[in-house]
Amino acid sequence: MSVENQFKPKIVAFCCNWCSYAGADLAGSSRLTYPADVKIIRVPCSCRVNPMFILRAFEKGADGVIICGCHPGDCHYSTGNYYARRRMTLLFSMLDYIGIENGRTRVEWVSAAEGVKFSQTMNEFVDKIRSLGENVRLGDLRCKK
Amino acid sequence: MSSEKNCAQQIKEISGADPLKCMKCGKCSASCPSFNEMDIKPHQFVSYVANGDIEALVNSKSLYKCLSCFACLERCPRDVKPAKLIDAARQLVVRQRGKDYLTADEIPELLDEGLPQQLLVSAFRRYRR
Amino acid sequence: MQRVGVFVCHCGSNIAATVDVKRVVEAISNEPGVVHAEDYQYMCSEAGQALIAKAIKEKALTGIVVCSCSPRMHEATFRKAAERAGLNPYMVEIANIREHCSWIHKDIVEATEKAVILARAAIAKVNLNTPLKPGESRVTKRALVIGGGIAGIQTALDIADAGYEVDIVEKTPSIGGRMSQLDKTFPTLDCSACILTPKMVEAAAHEKINIYTYSEVDKVSGFVGDFTVDIRKKARSVDMDKCTGCGVCQEKCPSKKAPSEFNRGLGTRSAIYTPFAQAIPNVPVIDRENCIKFKTGKCGICAKVCQAGAIDYEQKDEIITEKYGAIVVATGFDTIKLDNYDEYAYSQSKDVITSLELERVMNAAGTTKGHLERLSDGKAPKDIVFIQCVGSRCADDRGKSYCSKICCMYTAKHAMLIRDKYPDVNVTVFYIDVRTPGKNFDEFYRRAVEQYGVNYIKGQVGKVIPQPDGSLLVQGVDLLDNKQILKQADMVVLATAIEPDPDVRKIATMLTASIDTNNFLTEAHAKLRPVESPTAGIFLSGVCQGPKDIPETVAQAGAAAVKAIGLLAKDKLLTNPCTAKADELLCNGCSACANVCPYGAISYEVKEVNDHGIREQRRVAVVNSALCQGCGACTVTCPSGAMDLQGFSNLQIISEVDAICQ
Repeated sequence: MSVENQFKPKIVAFCCNWCSYAGADLAGSSRLTYPADVKIIRVPCSCRVNPMFILRAFEKGADGVIICGCHPGDCHYSTGNYYARRRMTLLFSMLDYIGIENGRTRVEWVSAAEGVKFSQTMNEFVDKIRSLGENVRLGDLRCKK
Repeated sequence: MSSEKNCAQQIKEISGADPLKCMKCGKCSASCPSFNEMDIKPHQFVSYVANGDIEALVNSKSLYKCLSCFACLERCPRDVKPAKLIDAARQLVVRQRGKDYLTADEIPELLDEGLPQQLLVSAFRRYRR
Repeated sequence: MQRVGVFVCHCGSNIAATVDVKRVVEAISNEPGVVHAEDYQYMCSEAGQALIAKAIKEKALTGIVVCSCSPRMHEATFRKAAERAGLNPYMVEIANIREHCSWIHKDIVEATEKAVILARAAIAKVNLNTPLKPGESRVTKRALVIGGGIAGIQTALDIADAGYEVDIVEKTPSIGGRMSQLDKTFPTLDCSACILTPKMVEAAAHEKINIYTYSEVDKVSGFVGDFTVDIRKKARSVDMDKCTGCGVCQEKCPSKKAPSEFNRGLGTRSAIYTPFAQAIPNVPVIDRENCIKFKTGKCGICAKVCQAGAIDYEQKDEIITEKYGAIVVATGFDTIKLDNYDEYAYSQSKDVITSLELERVMNAAGTTKGHLERLSDGKAPKDIVFIQCVGSRCADDRGKSYCSKICCMYTAKHAMLIRDKYPDVNVTVFYIDVRTPGKNFDEFYRRAVEQYGVNYIKGQVGKVIPQPDGSLLVQGVDLLDNKQILKQADMVVLATAIEPDPDVRKIATMLTASIDTNNFLTEAHAKLRPVESPTAGIFLSGVCQGPKDIPETVAQAGAAAVKAIGLLAKDKLLTNPCTAKADELLCNGCSACANVCPYGAISYEVKEVNDHGIREQRRVAVVNSALCQGCGACTVTCPSGAMDLQGFSNLQIISEVDAICQ
């Protein structure tokens, strides 16, 4: 497959300001590569991620959404990542039910020191989304250009 | 035998041990009841695998002097599992045809009345196929 | 509509090498709201900031997007620049096109495309930004130090000398900590007590320092500058005001079988006791578990012999509530339990001891009055073996993964002291590596080898086997000679790993201070903010942050004090304005948000609201912006969508999602 024709997924990554966003910075300053398909949105905590944002992303044509937070026990706000974990477990099972495969959504704990883990996670996730192909399930046709 | 690098990889895979974790404290050799019988000592064994020097290992006496008592494995602070590395090297040898350390005919001569039967069986299992 | 200015930084070649900066400027100049776009070599430089200021004034910009490095790097810089030019600092957004783009992608087309999308997302967000104003909170000019060892004492002294009130909370009956248990200190071999006790006295006598011994922190609430702490003063059963410290009660106490904590359980003490002779305060404590009066109701000898009438069997725990501006954690360490190290026969033989126990054996005030003797039979040992790295540098769960740092040096110290005092005793040290980074440290270790003839053997001990004659057989290895060694010894000393005091976990939870997998408290930045916790207002002093020796502890204690003083010197603190806010019209007063708030920042008020002309009394959520830290947990929990987070509002994040998925 030539580079031009390769499927370029749209991937939204929500990163906690205190850990994974800094982990992504570390991946950058360590020059660890991952595909440009991943775009990061900074949130103060993984618990700030409203399920609405994820639904919106899929509606707008995202092919995958990943949420990165602090490791359990390390949340800057002490309990935020636990809320995120519970909310996302529920949301992802519902998404799976309506046809957004579980592989398109992921929660990962990445600390500020884990640049390697961040880039590995993103590489894996992009590979997974590429294997799943384009998300057609929830896309709002009116949003397509 | 395939290349030495390959063998080192096989030993690591069979044993599930990582010789790079070794911090060279020597607790394995300090714990080893067969230390004096061995030509390549347990701690050296680990570094031979790390350095890929497999030829020396498969020809060493140590393979058959290790009692598999696992004292080194239990006490190793780095979780390197020297006994498993030795066991894996032994398997590499045993898996090749005609490389049996002992043949069945040689056994009766070596038998010791005081030897538990179980040990004999396990020795058979270990040294020949 | 905002009037947005976009500034794209080259960062030398850091960005410009993989992102076509001109192309980014061109691509975003027609985005909604954008009235100005330019690029520059170094946006963060003086000249770059001047460009921003100029554009703000000339183009009457109401919002700024800087496409540059991570906001964690220069967000504050650009916010300040905007503020100087008269723009609200919270109208600045950063598009991270360096760490998240130019540095990780090699293909210039791909990277430029991504940079444009990231810039678009930031523009979409800034279009929805609103000016925010930080609130103010007051600073209580008082500090709390948790732990009364050398770290806590030094921190308290330094803060108090700057003129602020300090309270020390110490859980044992006396301040002094581990250092008070040590005999001599490396590398100078000066006596530990001789340098520590004057500090203890100074702290006790300082008019700004208040010491709560035999006390624990029970509850912490509040935030930087304004913590409220409950301190539990455990019942001492002795009136501190009446007691004269004469010591008669301890002498006459008939229950003398309790293991002495101070002597690491090697000796015994009475049920009413002060841990050691130089204890501060010099007021005993009744250990109710071992006291005959408390166990059977019959005894009361201490009360009878006390001339001052200070014994009070009815005393109860007392809770003291106090406000603090800063809290310093100085909880120190303990040695690990050796239950998992059967091979060293620690639990089988009295003559296998830890190094900290050896300190008590060698100390003139210790169990053996300073005579080196075997604890099993009191005989003088002839051969002593030291084993290094017991439980340190372990990959398995028996020990600790880290190097305990102090063991190499104290072992050299012990070996040297023994050889000095008892030249006929043979001393052997089994080591893995001898680590002596520190001023005069390696010279010290070499002296032990060259001058005092300590036998250092490179290799570890596999097993210590107690012999029927009471001696110990040490089976080790000499890796340099490639020989297994069987050595007869009378005494074996284990350089046991140290670990943070087990109580630190509880304290860290109360303080919401983060802690690592080894229970060491985490720094705000491993290199640049090593004495601060990521939780504002919490500072770290001593081994609670990581293994260190006495001079390092004292240095860190001073550093923590300076950071605390820097905070206490402020009258007011600016608070993060990115806090949650409830829309009164949408709120139905369900309390869901208050339940998830980790700071107790949400309360409810009954308010009159005007809902489209209908005036009615409603129960609505109110956020205390001084307490809110802006995590956003409440915003997602709110079933009616009334709760939103300023600076990261639902609409702002959705607009970013839209821009990325366009």
